Amino acid sequence: MALAALLFAIGLFGALSKKSAVMVLMSLELMTNAVNLNLVAISRFVTPESMAGQFTAAFVMVVAAAEIGLGLALVLAVYRAHRTVELDHIDELKG
Amino acid sequence: MPDQVALVPFLVLAIAALGGAVMVVASRNVVHAAFWLLEVMMAVAGLFMLLSAGFLALVQVMVYAGAVSVLVLFTVMLTLRRREDAVRSLDLKWSAAGIAAAVLIAAFAAIASFAPELPKAPAATPGVEAFGVALFTSWALPFEIASVVLLVALVGAVWWAGGGDK
Repeated sequence: MALAALLFAIGLFGALSKKSAVMVLMSLELMTNAVNLNLVAISRFVTPESMAGQFTAAFVMVVAAAEIGLGLALVLAVYRAHRTVELDHIDELKG
Repeated sequence: MPDQVALVPFLVLAIAALGGAVMVVASRNVVHAAFWLLEVMMAVAGLFMLLSAGFLALVQVMVYAGAVSVLVLFTVMLTLRRREDAVRSLDLKWSAAGIAAAVLIAAFAAIASFAPELPKAPAATPGVEAFGVALFTSWALPFEIASVVLLVALVGAVWWAGGGDK
């Protein structure tokens, strides 16, 4: 679990500090992996018969796959409109 | 935790996962970062095997190592105009590091508070067969909802990525 916490922290750091949208999405994937690892590990120790953590991790994987697909499609759409994937340059909603 | 799973494979895979994660964040080239992400996914799949979650390890390899990394590489290559665009500055921020460190300290505090209450893991766990049976009986409704979520994501992704030109 310390491993998962470290992995989550690295992913969070990347998600907050990167300027490229693709790198932010990859950091998000790191964080979901950390969460999945924790779910499976705790389920192995607490509820090994019902495998609740494993099912939750499987559904987290489904949501993460949907998220990365939509996110990358959005990156492509934004790239087509702006010719850039740098998040600091995409500031049309800035007040 | 490591006293129940085999210690040496756990350490090897843990170091592989952590080192790969550091390299994902630290590499200057986006393509290199994508391949390090692939390495992290494989290491996490190995950790799933150690935790006797064989089916999840398989899904991890297929979904993340197979699909997600290819998708990331496709997007990287589609959004690069020149080869030099892949190499970028490190983009490290102290504020982000501070937030991540705070979350890390909180997580370690939580682990330290409830880790002694964890029961010992039993030697044998249900296998893939039990997983499948439970997935289609007691977890059937979430399973169906997940398939709808994936369908919506598929249609939405196609709409966003390809709808503009026509």
